[in-house]
Amino acid sequence: MAAVTGRMRRTVRPAPLALGLGIALAVALTAAVALGSTTIAPGEVWSVVLRRLGGAAPRPGTDDLIVWQLRVPRALLAALVGAGLGLIGTATQALVRNPLADPYLLGISNGASLGAVAAIVLGMSADGPLGLSAAAFAGALGAFALVWSMARRGGGFSPLRLVLAGVGIGQFLSGFTSYLVLRAGDEQQTRSVLFWLMGSLSGATWDVLWLPALAVAAALLALQSRARAMNALIMGDETAAAVGVSVTRLRRELFVVTGLLTGVLVSVSGAVAFVGLMVPHLCRLLIGGDHRRLLPLAALTGAVLMEIVDVVCRTAMDTQELPVGVVTAMIGAPALLLILDRRMETGR
Amino acid sequence: MKVEIEDLHVGYAGRDVVAGVHLVAAEGEIAGLVGPNGSGKSTVLRTVYRHLRPTAGRVLLAGTDIRALSPGQTARQVAALPQERGSDFELTVAEVVVMGRTPYKRAFAGDDLRDREIVARSLSAVGMARHASRRFSALSGGERQRILLARAFAQEPRVLVLDEPTNHLDIQHQVELLALLRAQRRTTLISLHDLNAAASLCDRLHVLHQGTVVASGPPRAVLTPDLLAEVFGVRAAVTEHPLTGDPLIAFDHRRTA
Repeated sequence: MAAVTGRMRRTVRPAPLALGLGIALAVALTAAVALGSTTIAPGEVWSVVLRRLGGAAPRPGTDDLIVWQLRVPRALLAALVGAGLGLIGTATQALVRNPLADPYLLGISNGASLGAVAAIVLGMSADGPLGLSAAAFAGALGAFALVWSMARRGGGFSPLRLVLAGVGIGQFLSGFTSYLVLRAGDEQQTRSVLFWLMGSLSGATWDVLWLPALAVAAALLALQSRARAMNALIMGDETAAAVGVSVTRLRRELFVVTGLLTGVLVSVSGAVAFVGLMVPHLCRLLIGGDHRRLLPLAALTGAVLMEIVDVVCRTAMDTQELPVGVVTAMIGAPALLLILDRRMETGR
Repeated sequence: MKVEIEDLHVGYAGRDVVAGVHLVAAEGEIAGLVGPNGSGKSTVLRTVYRHLRPTAGRVLLAGTDIRALSPGQTARQVAALPQERGSDFELTVAEVVVMGRTPYKRAFAGDDLRDREIVARSLSAVGMARHASRRFSALSGGERQRILLARAFAQEPRVLVLDEPTNHLDIQHQVELLALLRAQRRTTLISLHDLNAAASLCDRLHVLHQGTVVASGPPRAVLTPDLLAEVFGVRAAVTEHPLTGDPLIAFDHRRTA
């Protein structure tokens, strides 16, 4: 019978999509290293990289400096931040069972920023990247808990309420962050308001890469091991319980993993808007909502997206670079409106 | 598998919603829970599939307290159809049904051939074999309910727990669903609003009123005009269904008891 109504889904098969995204990431990484104030030919990019990876002595010169010391770490950081945001978005949406959830929209990123800034202002940043990440982690969890408890009040848990609580608390926290930074008073600090609130990858060096790399890998592994349970969770708490998932424990695990990863990412790149919202949506449209496929693909898609965004940020203006959050917001805010519009239409 | 509920108490915020329920469903028996809204039917069922923890009392599966089992072990014995309406996320029918395999799977384990066969069989059992790749959220209420039942079947449970499964279904789909359950011959705990449906389907009925069981037994013995007046507050005559011979309750829709 051909009268099977409703849209048939899954137009893209996961394996070719993953392969395509892998190639896209390789191309984007190469382009990110090649493009900039001075353009370096892709062949030269790879020859420098391969020489370094092969352990051979680097050819002295500006190309090696620009490629290996400046642009490669930055390109890798962009990929890591994008992958991490894709994972956080996916996990947060499952956690609150709401496809509108996003660490930035829910104020979690702003909480992490405030935590990090507070640590710096209070002079705790001497503890290095771990100390900063820990403070950002505490801020992220605090903001998340606050938004969640507000959205849940009275038992109900509407998407609108969650987003409104998130935006309200996020604005409050970012106001507080600005105040703390500006109170410190010097030029350098003022510029760093932009870093914490709009996101930036300008701090990328080889030294800062290991922590986000570790965090993204660990989070992917941890989430992937819970992928089946996350599928059950998005059907509802009772359904999840009925198939043997310990709902409270799973929520707590997701809460900690997203908080930790948010803390680490914000400490290296500030609060980047909307990537966590867009990436899972895009991936769900392409391959559906099964977390066993969604999680790795969201990481890959986030990496590609962020790589492109960073190239745009570095090359759009001659005189200075744009904060990444400017570009992600310009893409992400319209995307959010589109998603909202679609949901209103379907009455959900 | 025999299910025994012993002296069950469940409270929300200090108030006992279920206060001392005793109830037994024998192996292969369909046990119906009926009662007015708020009488505690759903709450009792939620403790069986471990969404809620009792404040006192026990739920026994073949004599074993479920608290001695892990959530996964319980879910391999007991599958449930809660009242939740599903999800906004883009899952296919097959992805929803394979969730029933969750209690059998370790972390990272994919679906194997056996899982896929069980999903196919479960979908066939509810007459939805051709719909595996459809979007779950695009289904009608009746189709959705059948898919959720298939998910429960995929758990290969020995006990089915169904909370108002006929809600929001039109009458044809209600009849189909009940026929499906009757054909299962699996130990079943089911709550139903529709007393005539309950009388037709269930081997035994347990009438809940204000958190306790006030009557238990075969439908014919339990559903008396006196009980209907006392528990449900309605006037009704109980006769015999002219087609099936089941008890038939004819309500007086003009005035309450």
